[in-house]
Amino acid sequence: MSDHNIPDGIFYNKEHEWVKIDGDVATVGVSDYAQDLLTDVVFVELPQMGKVVKQFGPACVVESVKSVSDVYAPIGGTVSEVNTALESAPEQVNNDPYGSGWMFKLTGINSSETANLMNAQQYKEFIAKQAH
Amino acid sequence: MQTIFEKSVKGRVGCQLPSSLGSDSELSGLTRGQLDAPEVSEVDIVRHYTALSKRAFGVDDGFYPLGSCTMKYNPKINEDMSAYAPIANFHPWQEAEDSQGSLEILYELQEYMRVVTGLPGISLQPAAGSHGELTGVMLMKAFHEKRKDSKRTKILIPDSAHGTNPATANMCGYECVQVPSDASGCVDLVKMRELCDQETVGMMLTIPNTLGIFDRNILEISKILHGQGALLYMDGANLNAILGMVKPGDMGVDVMHINTHKTFSTPHGGGGPGGGVVACTDELSQFLPVPRIEKSGDAYTLNFDYPHSVGRVRAFYGNFGIMARAYTYILRHGKEGTRRIGEFAVLNANYIRARLQGTYNLPHQGNCMHEVVFNDENQAQYHVSTMDIAKRLLDYGMHAPTIYFPLIVHGAMMIEPTETESKQTIDEFCDIMIKISEEAKTDPEMLQQSPHRTVVRRVDAVKAARNPVIVCNTCCT
Repeated sequence: MSDHNIPDGIFYNKEHEWVKIDGDVATVGVSDYAQDLLTDVVFVELPQMGKVVKQFGPACVVESVKSVSDVYAPIGGTVSEVNTALESAPEQVNNDPYGSGWMFKLTGINSSETANLMNAQQYKEFIAKQAH
Repeated sequence: MQTIFEKSVKGRVGCQLPSSLGSDSELSGLTRGQLDAPEVSEVDIVRHYTALSKRAFGVDDGFYPLGSCTMKYNPKINEDMSAYAPIANFHPWQEAEDSQGSLEILYELQEYMRVVTGLPGISLQPAAGSHGELTGVMLMKAFHEKRKDSKRTKILIPDSAHGTNPATANMCGYECVQVPSDASGCVDLVKMRELCDQETVGMMLTIPNTLGIFDRNILEISKILHGQGALLYMDGANLNAILGMVKPGDMGVDVMHINTHKTFSTPHGGGGPGGGVVACTDELSQFLPVPRIEKSGDAYTLNFDYPHSVGRVRAFYGNFGIMARAYTYILRHGKEGTRRIGEFAVLNANYIRARLQGTYNLPHQGNCMHEVVFNDENQAQYHVSTMDIAKRLLDYGMHAPTIYFPLIVHGAMMIEPTETESKQTIDEFCDIMIKISEEAKTDPEMLQQSPHRTVVRRVDAVKAARNPVIVCNTCCT
């Protein structure tokens, strides 16, 4: 199995989303492992601004040539910003999943919910098990 | 190849309206003066569509192993019967008393569906499987609403489900809750018990499931649901596998749909239209769509008098021509023959499983039902994927199986031969699959670039999805 880029300093959930906490704001995207499984992303249906999502609740939809998948919120909150660049350049999810491939930002978060998530090391072990 | 619009020449005429429709002067005012239809001669149009049909591939051309969506051969007797003038020319506005023969066909088909499902309430109205699902879940909704049980908002759906199930639940305003599968590919009972509560509307379950596995815990599953006041919905997409062997009603199913275009050999996909027969328990039958086709004495009637009905879901009686085909198919097989459909479908899939196991990786061990799911794990070392294998099959004149579904199997190849195929055809398919696995070792690059012998080579699906070029010559030029 090929090595995936699983950076430290952010949290992961079992559905392969990542979340980065900067003070009161959480930035969400899908992991390198997820984009690899999805194959070429062709469309991202971004969440509505102001949408309230629960932790692990469906937030938006990502479509690849192979499948259409829900993107789950790794943490609860209110959608405060969406990455509209993905509307015309969905390939950013594949090319740069932790950078320009980010999907949405949440405010009104409860950072204690990160206790339900995995750190990079735990997530690496989790996907190693998934592969078999 | 030119489109039919590009072949159009102004003023060229290929047909005349039959004189029985009336003369030009009688029709004036009833016809449109301007119609952006192509103007071609008869020979132009015959050649155009013959050329298109030569480029297409269907079950009449060769082996067509699309799993989960049973794509079986449509016997030509179905077409003969549905083309019979009193059936083909039956007009939907005819009064019930002038439609006794047609209503008799529909009534008897309902009776056969009762026998197959073990469920007493039947509607033939829905026009597709997804439409049947919607109708079925509407019955569940009506059931809970009539009991004033308004706190139920969740529908349990296994992670191996068809995509239409969550779509249906959403259309009915419900929230989908995914139930994981266990290592054997069946519903994880421990997780299901945790998720099923007094807020659960019901569960939508495909039996056998999309891995081709019959969930041995089905009675326990229905017991858990009923214990919480929830209902069991069966997605009948895979009914072909258990036809004549087990009745869904005996397994605790409350409501289900049957795809006549899968199990009962009516045309499928673009060749449809479909038929999504709904079957339900006596308790739910008060909510079935109206009119219901009933028999009183010797007369067949349309009964609208069901105050709790969810209403009409389709104009007239559904796709009558399709129901006439399903009726023909059932009569042609009889009771014993219908059972053999399921038996041979399962036997054929297991024969493929036994021949290809080892050559291709089988993620879920054990006997399968009507379809078998392999993946590309054994070929990964050569950088050959499921997509490459599927494309290469086209070079050998066979249709590819369903690929990358179910989603819980990475690189899935879901093969469903159906009962119609002979041992010779299935052996030919297996020989080709084995040959492709050898090609993966010796010439992976050739596989990655396949197909080589088709009219259109490998299409750039990513580019097509990201930059669709949609041109409408009719109104956008």
